[in-house]
Amino acid sequence: MNINATLLGQTIMFILFVWFCMKFVWPPIMQSLSDRKKQIADGLAAGERGKQELELASKHAAEKLREAKQRAAEIITQAEKRSSQVVEEAKEIAKEEGNRILVGAKAEVEQEVFRAREMLRQHVADLAVAGAAKILHREVNAKTHADLLATIKAEL
Amino acid sequence: MASESITSTEYIKHHLQNLTFGKLPDGTLGLAQDPEQAKAMGFWAINLDTLGVAFLLGVLFLYFFSRVAKNATINVPGGSQNFVEWIIEFIDTSVRGSFSGRNKMVAPLALTIFIWIFLMNLMDLVPIDYLPVVAHALGLPFLKVVPTTDPNATFGMSIAIFILVIYYSIKIKGVSGFAGELALQPFSSNNPVIKTVFIPINLLLEGVNLIAKPLSLSLRLFGNMYAGEMIFILLALMGGAWAVASVGNSVLFGTQVLLSLGWAIFHILIITLQAFIFMTLTIVYLDMAHQEHH
Repeated sequence: MNINATLLGQTIMFILFVWFCMKFVWPPIMQSLSDRKKQIADGLAAGERGKQELELASKHAAEKLREAKQRAAEIITQAEKRSSQVVEEAKEIAKEEGNRILVGAKAEVEQEVFRAREMLRQHVADLAVAGAAKILHREVNAKTHADLLATIKAEL
Repeated sequence: MASESITSTEYIKHHLQNLTFGKLPDGTLGLAQDPEQAKAMGFWAINLDTLGVAFLLGVLFLYFFSRVAKNATINVPGGSQNFVEWIIEFIDTSVRGSFSGRNKMVAPLALTIFIWIFLMNLMDLVPIDYLPVVAHALGLPFLKVVPTTDPNATFGMSIAIFILVIYYSIKIKGVSGFAGELALQPFSSNNPVIKTVFIPINLLLEGVNLIAKPLSLSLRLFGNMYAGEMIFILLALMGGAWAVASVGNSVLFGTQVLLSLGWAIFHILIITLQAFIFMTLTIVYLDMAHQEHH
């Protein structure tokens, strides 16, 4: 319990220990603590950023989806319009075609009628000539009476 | 110790004597064999047990902490790193709370004080006779295992802190600032004559204030640990005659065990608290040294 040089020894030892602690213990541990703090903060910030990006992306995607829907609707309306137009055109064409066929058929029919009439006239003329020949008992010379025959034919 | 036929007084005296190395009365260097010889050695003697145990504990603390510091990783820390980080953050919070200046030395200083004093105090919980008996078997006449029950140790530390307080006071405030703080407070006046009259009074008050810091710091720690050690010694003494088997003695022995256990559990609180108080007051004193006020 006497005060002696232990006092000095303890003081020196204390100073050395503090120096050692200040040099080799405190800084590396504080460094690792602050590094970890920074890492965690960075991680949290990155997470926050990711969340924001996700939000942005989903907003973007929704917008794109809306646009696409609108575009699809437009396309559908256009297609409907076009299809009705096509149908109209087809109807138009069909009507025209029908008319043309009708006109052609009419013309053909008329032609047929005309030809039949011609044939009939020929027959009738032949018959008339034959009848006349019988009546005259002699043959009518077609050559000599050609103009006569033609007149009859024309009258028929 | 108890089995030898020694009186209670001798037992207590034996426990309170440090292993002192110095100049013996016959002129040679050696270990003091009794308290009178130790006293006769005067100032130039060393308490080997105090310094030795303090040194071993300090080295243990610094070895453990520096090994953790060297392997410190910023990834998930292991058990020992977790423990060290927990302590360091606790110290760091304490320092930030009480110390407003900027000084890289204060936090490591606080850490060293806290852990080192805690470990030295912890030696008090080693059953009181174990280590002295081992020492006795090795031929050492005395062994006081708790360095903080030696006033040399506590004063040694508080002197270092006192030097730091003076050093930083002068460094931060300058010689004149520090002298002014000592001489012109707490009483001051605008009248130069009265101001001069106040100077000696202020010097006396502030001087006492200044000296009281290291003195209270070391005496508080010493007193607490010394008293705690004393109670352990007295409790040990109570069951001391245990070697002579009898009913009464075994009851005494049982009482000693129970009381020692109780006191040891209570003492865990005291040793931690004393280490913490020493640390906190050191931080506060250094903070006052760093502050320029008035």
